[in-house]
Amino acid sequence: MQALVIVGHGSHLNPGSSTPTFAHADTVREAGAFDEVREAFWKEEPSFREVLRTLESDTVYVVPLFVSEGYFTEQVIPRELRLDGWDVENWESGDGVSASYATHGATDVEKTVHYCGPVGTHDSMSDVIAKRAETVTGNPDVGEGFGLAVVGHGTDRNENSAKAIEYHAERIREADRFDEVKALFMDEEPEVDDVTDHFESDDVVVVPLFIADGFHTQEDIPEDMGMVDDYREGYDVPTEIDGHRLWYSGAVGTERLMADVILERAAEAGAALEGAIDRVRRDANAEVAGD
Amino acid sequence: MNAAQLDAFLAAATDGIEFDGLSVTPADAGYAVSAGDGCDEIGTDEELRAFAEENPWFVSNWHYWNHVVGDAEARYAFLRWLERAEERSVRERYEALADGVARSWGQLRLEARLGEDGRRRYAIRHEADIDVPSSDLDRYDDPLAARELVKLDDRGRYRPLKTAPTLPTGWSYPDLDGHDLVRTVDFVYPATIANWHRENEGALDVTHFREAAERQTGIYDVVDELSVEELEAATESCCVDSQCLKRRMWDEDEETELDVPRGKGEFPCREPCSLFVTAARKFVTLGREETRSYEFELTPTEKEQLEEIVDAVAEGRVEEIREADLNEGANRYRARYLRARRTDEHGLSGTPTYPEDHG
Repeated sequence: MQALVIVGHGSHLNPGSSTPTFAHADTVREAGAFDEVREAFWKEEPSFREVLRTLESDTVYVVPLFVSEGYFTEQVIPRELRLDGWDVENWESGDGVSASYATHGATDVEKTVHYCGPVGTHDSMSDVIAKRAETVTGNPDVGEGFGLAVVGHGTDRNENSAKAIEYHAERIREADRFDEVKALFMDEEPEVDDVTDHFESDDVVVVPLFIADGFHTQEDIPEDMGMVDDYREGYDVPTEIDGHRLWYSGAVGTERLMADVILERAAEAGAALEGAIDRVRRDANAEVAGD
Repeated sequence: MNAAQLDAFLAAATDGIEFDGLSVTPADAGYAVSAGDGCDEIGTDEELRAFAEENPWFVSNWHYWNHVVGDAEARYAFLRWLERAEERSVRERYEALADGVARSWGQLRLEARLGEDGRRRYAIRHEADIDVPSSDLDRYDDPLAARELVKLDDRGRYRPLKTAPTLPTGWSYPDLDGHDLVRTVDFVYPATIANWHRENEGALDVTHFREAAERQTGIYDVVDELSVEELEAATESCCVDSQCLKRRMWDEDEETELDVPRGKGEFPCREPCSLFVTAARKFVTLGREETRSYEFELTPTEKEQLEEIVDAVAEGRVEEIREADLNEGANRYRARYLRARRTDEHGLSGTPTYPEDHG
């Protein structure tokens, strides 16, 4: 038997924080490749600390629903899962975006744990960002005539936080689908406040690389960009600002195709998926095409 | 008992069966068999078949536990506990299961009853809804729905602690198999079955407060500064039956037991939870402050009123206080009157909190 555990941050204060984790877990369940699929959280239950003991499977794939490599993926989650002999050096990432997986026992259960890199740094996340642009514009061919802003939190405390954003911006730029692609941030330069200064295109899709919608994606970013003075008044998509049309998508982590990234992570760590990735991709594409 | 169960029984008989009072031992001239009472010698396969047909409960019971539930340890143990399998004989159990056997698990009422061919069916509802007609409860069948179902309490407030005694009412899972029963319970009260089973096996791994605090990093690094007196006040505040249905098994450390009741819950708490650690962090910062003396005037009734307000908030009684009950110190109009009379921009009785900031 093989199990998948999706680990998210969760919240003591916000009931919606766990919703994307639940939604992607359900998509993975429907794809049918795992005997068990379970969600676990830092701030909710089951906790990282206890989730492994709730599973009947001997083989467990753990995929962090986090944007970046760093404090949570390298310290907190391995420690709380009690990964035996965890050493971040064995995770094959020195550059902050390349961790794939590491296999360990856990000290409290007799199981083999394949601990995967976060969803946010996986290559296929670039596809989810592009998919998000399709979803928010309702156009499966969106690209020509459009600029794309990938928005991250950014922080001085963790340099990896910006790396994931820049990594995907670069990959999407190389794919040559959008006229312009920029990485912008809330707390460091270049800032999302000045979004229109960074684009020549009339239409700009703004995709925040955040897991869940909340304070930042629903309040800060729309206000910072000038889409609305007070987020409670709501805003239009697109909103016209300084001669540009801004297509603001909300958190990329709520995109249905995120389940695909979770499966890709598990597959690279050795999970037997039997076509589950194809099924998830097909369903996500059908959703945008309006089938 | 159906044909498939009978066939499985006949096939297993050649290796011998020993389960819940059902005993089949291969012997030279057939089998020695027993179904909860005296031992019979049986010669032919035909006679073994007849024995099974005379004791259908024993065969279906054996089949259910060995072929349907299987050997998944915690799930098996929990379903056995639910129908009191270790306390009652097969006959007693089947008679009881015909009417339904109920047990409570936190605020859940769990019920087992006989289904087709001796299989079990299970039901879950809030224990406060025991006497509510099923037609008045919202029906659920998918265990996954429990995740959303228990997210908010009956007043619509988010429940960050799954084992808080605020489980919402008004719903039921009337018809689950054993596998889905355990999944549903695990969504309502995560990991409680696993830890309960470990405790019963004498294998509960307890992480005491000091060890859990040492492990913390980042903003939670400071929680190891909590003194034992503060820790006792913290557990008294957070880890009692009125706030959480788990039974606290951890203490300060292995040697130092906390002088606070552990709780009466069926399921154990094996280490401080994330909510407790968050609270502990706040308590550490509160504990760092030195006390000061303030001088202000209140009437005796006003002093008591402040105490009543603290008490009402601490006990979660604020919402229960009637709008027009002016005899309650924590009544909203009383509190607003106290504020209007006794506080200004400097706080209580015009006394600044930080006098040094006011020359």
